[in-house]
Amino acid sequence: MTVDSNSNSTSGRKYSDILEKTVDRNYKKRIIINRLVTIFTIVCVIAAIVPLGSILLEVIKNGAKAISFEFITQPQGSIGSGNGGIGPAIQGTIIVVGLASLIAAPVGVLAGIYLSEYARRGIFADLVRFFNDVLTGLPSIVIGIVGYIVIVLSIGSFSVLAGAISLSIIMIPIVVRVTEETLKVVPYSFREAGHSLGISKAKITLFIVLPSAKNGILTGIVIAISRIAGETAPLIMTILGTSLFFTGITGPVDALPLRIWRLASQPYESAHAFGWGSALILILMILALSVGLRFLAQKRGFK
Amino acid sequence: MAIEEPIEENEVEKRIVQDSTEKYKVRIENVNGWYGSKKAIKDVNLNVKEKSVTAFIGPSGCGKTTLLRCLNRMHEMTPGAHADGRVVVDGIDIYDKSIDPVVIRRRIGMVFQKPNPFPTMSIFDNVAAGLRLNGLKNKTIVREIVEESLRNAALWDEVKNELDKPGMSLSGGQQQRLCIARALAMQPEVLLMDEPTSSLDPIGSSKIEELLRTLKDSVTIIIVTHNMQQAARVSDFTAFMYLGDLIEYGLTNQIFMKPEKELTERYISGKFG
Repeated sequence: MTVDSNSNSTSGRKYSDILEKTVDRNYKKRIIINRLVTIFTIVCVIAAIVPLGSILLEVIKNGAKAISFEFITQPQGSIGSGNGGIGPAIQGTIIVVGLASLIAAPVGVLAGIYLSEYARRGIFADLVRFFNDVLTGLPSIVIGIVGYIVIVLSIGSFSVLAGAISLSIIMIPIVVRVTEETLKVVPYSFREAGHSLGISKAKITLFIVLPSAKNGILTGIVIAISRIAGETAPLIMTILGTSLFFTGITGPVDALPLRIWRLASQPYESAHAFGWGSALILILMILALSVGLRFLAQKRGFK
Repeated sequence: MAIEEPIEENEVEKRIVQDSTEKYKVRIENVNGWYGSKKAIKDVNLNVKEKSVTAFIGPSGCGKTTLLRCLNRMHEMTPGAHADGRVVVDGIDIYDKSIDPVVIRRRIGMVFQKPNPFPTMSIFDNVAAGLRLNGLKNKTIVREIVEESLRNAALWDEVKNELDKPGMSLSGGQQQRLCIARALAMQPEVLLMDEPTSSLDPIGSSKIEELLRTLKDSVTIIIVTHNMQQAARVSDFTAFMYLGDLIEYGLTNQIFMKPEKELTERYISGKFG
């Protein structure tokens, strides 16, 4: 804020006095505003964290005591008895979500590659982007109804397949979006270097661009899997829910969110305890997936 | 300004021995470069001699980089850009309809302004990338070429014990030499360099300049530079461009000592640009 005596151009510093006065006048005000903004952001962080933390704590408090080896491996005992467990629901969630991810991850990533690498501009790409965004916002019950009409009615049975396809429809647009956005961030100079070596575009995309974006895409896939693992509505319409273990890809199956919903609507104390336990298991599964994939990504790549 | 006489004599000999159409490695004929409807290169004609260093100089925006990128068909990768005319490398017009630009780029290497090693690859893999991704599977050959390329890029001694480290872990100057090694691994006949030292410190720059003097024994080098001293130091021939036109082209000595055009003279002496 001191005047530079070396300055030999007076015209260039015509407003230096008035600027300095303004800066001085506003100095105290700026410090106060700065503090207020800092405090405000901290309050917002707390507001975001507290509900999340309290839900988590509540689930752990109520759910932990329900969990046992029997709980996670056995099918449910007779209603209200408090015997048995949620084995079929855990198995069902793994199968349905796993199958949905196997469908949605490759389709989503490849579609994202198409939008980012092959069709950045153009009416068709813009249309795909638009409908992709619409699909992201579609209520999941609607997707469940579509799954019911298209798959359940044509097969003639509630089935794993119908559930997995419905969930993959929810997952695909998320993966497409994340893949496209992550790939766009990869600097053009890497692609350029690949082109200058006479490497084909497909190989540049697969072996140079995609590995650079790997961590971002993996994170996106984990978020999308977490999202569908907690979906209930489309599953009601497609896999129905059962108290039995997996019988086949065209048969009904159970899933954790469905089980939680059914347990919570029963009038028995023991069923509610089971519900809390199921919720905790679901949260732990998503957590394990997220941490596991991140760990894998870190170990493989450097960064 | 060390222009060795032998080179010129050599060229004279070649002129006598060879057919007139074959004595140049790269012939640029009536090349126009466009960005949309804006013409960035205007009808440039220029012949580049084999195993020499040719420098493109000129003020910012004069089209020297665009011209360089026309020589391996990288210019047309920019959205909205295209080029016409003929660029004949070893008697083959690379703008011919039957030519696949991907194939052409394997024979004409390029080094960019900012070092751009592949971020997820090790030093070794960076140099091997062009070979492997073009289908060369033989590990012994790949290893041999990688070592030779790193030696030719004067980087081998510095990295031979850490070939598994990420390419990004090197210093800026080393990264640029890694990129040169990566280009050399493809055994190019022509190496295009787009201001390869502009993001490097003086030591890094001088190492690259030194490198150019040895590389030109085996490769034809075309270098774009905004640094006139650099052009004078490393090049045998210099092309001066201004506003998309090729103003003057000739032996570096001649361009810097007694240019024919007044514009060249004014630019060389620092009166504009």
